[in-house]
Amino acid sequence: MTYTLAELCITAAAEAWRGNGEVLASGIGLIPRLAASLAKATFEPALMMTDGEAYLVEEPVPLGKRGAYIPKVEGWMTYARVFDVVYRGHRHAMTGPVQVDRFGQQNISVVGDYAKPKAALLGVRGIPGNTINHINSMFVPNHSTRVFVPGEVDMVSGVGYNPARLAGGRSDRFVDLRLIVTDLAVLDFGGKDHAIRVRSLHPGISFDQVQAATGFPLEGRETATVTPAPTAEQLHLIRDVLDPHNTRATVFKENPPGDRREAA
Amino acid sequence: MDKSMSISEMVSRLESGMTIGIGGWGARRKPMAVVREILRSDVTDLTVVSYGGPDIGLLAASGKLKKLVFGFVSLDSIPLDNHFRSARQAGSFETLEIDEGMLQWGLRAAAMRLPFLPTRAGLGTDVEGLNGVLRTVTSPYEDGEVLIAMPALNLDAAFVHVNAADTLGNAIVTAPDPFFDELFCRAADQAFVTTDRLVTTAELGGMPGMRHHLVERSCVTGVALVPFGAHPTSSGPDYGFDFKHLKDYNDAAFPDWRARYVDGVSHDAYLAAVGGAEKLASLPLPVF
Repeated sequence: MTYTLAELCITAAAEAWRGNGEVLASGIGLIPRLAASLAKATFEPALMMTDGEAYLVEEPVPLGKRGAYIPKVEGWMTYARVFDVVYRGHRHAMTGPVQVDRFGQQNISVVGDYAKPKAALLGVRGIPGNTINHINSMFVPNHSTRVFVPGEVDMVSGVGYNPARLAGGRSDRFVDLRLIVTDLAVLDFGGKDHAIRVRSLHPGISFDQVQAATGFPLEGRETATVTPAPTAEQLHLIRDVLDPHNTRATVFKENPPGDRREAA
Repeated sequence: MDKSMSISEMVSRLESGMTIGIGGWGARRKPMAVVREILRSDVTDLTVVSYGGPDIGLLAASGKLKKLVFGFVSLDSIPLDNHFRSARQAGSFETLEIDEGMLQWGLRAAAMRLPFLPTRAGLGTDVEGLNGVLRTVTSPYEDGEVLIAMPALNLDAAFVHVNAADTLGNAIVTAPDPFFDELFCRAADQAFVTTDRLVTTAELGGMPGMRHHLVERSCVTGVALVPFGAHPTSSGPDYGFDFKHLKDYNDAAFPDWRARYVDGVSHDAYLAAVGGAEKLASLPLPVF
């Protein structure tokens, strides 16, 4: 069965939450949200999720216009409570950084000089608190050296595994970075001293391609597997239940197939 | 005891150089009528604390900001506010850029009349060092953990928008999320509430409706009836945000937008200019 790159990224990103149990799964952005939804709808039903606003729901809310669908509310999750969940550590968020460095430090604040930035973005949002309190993963739709930068990111908004920044009594004991899912590969922090490693390459993508698009050395050349194709059940859930309006088709330019060998 | 007043009276209490807090979150439940009134006033040099939306775009673009204390500025469905971005990229105001939870902590500290509250949020990031303001504190207990001492964000004034209120200052927020409006009111010397509906105390909800009560009235200085006072941001469950207006705002040259919707435009004239009450009442609630 053919599948798109967006669908491959959703199924690959869903794996981030495998085994997490009762944590708040916060997928920020289209692919992360569908990935969290898929995880909850299949192998990780204990996950907690919201309707995207302030209510916890028993089953993932489909994306976009809902028609007759009424969210199945199981609780309340205001922003104040989200912060409480963050502090308690019962959360795994997947967010979309603008820059990531070899430590897994991420930037969503500004690009360029801080006082007069070349590009002012959102601001650090909750990333500083998230990254030092609970599990985090990332989704990067445009794997390139502009995102995966050499040195450190321009404005360290989220902490990573950089001992120099968490020294002198600052505790890193809750720092827990899991996956970075990109349009080329799935990365994790399983290298030496949490170095970023290629865990799997998307079908038709080589390690050299991923390395060339990354501003720092990657581990995993010998061990990287191939990202598994979505199953028929996963595709059914994504297409017919979780994203019935096919908004995922807008994530990547021209909505390419997930197996790049088909495109060639 | 009658705390009702107009938004002009509220803004007349402000002085240049003050620190003010603005409630709501992004494009949700922002006291926008008050923000436009501030634009029409002589007040300037403001330090503004906000979970930022178009309130910050307007204040930044009109040069009212001395300093912004924020975690983000966003229009929700439109991720970035162009007017905020231009002003920020020009370096036209100072920033204290902090984690969303740190902002809550700063308001909480002020609300509790404490100098700071400790937190891990911000440690190890550029939030810790870039602004030159934040200090750390070492736990006096065996763990000896180093934490950020988030300083109190003491406000001279706060503005929030609610669904309903009485003239005593009892306010009800029936929206899905009350955000941090309670803390903004508690952290401020003077807190001003704009409301979509002004009702009798008995009509506020009784039991259990009073679970929506925002804050005890001793924390509220003034109440103004401003129907659709949050427009173009949402005030659920009564009306959604005006996506088209927000988009027009974001794409507009600021002086043109200001001339059309702010300068010399009373709130009634504003409502007529943006389509009238009937249209605004039918703005669909957002689906996230």
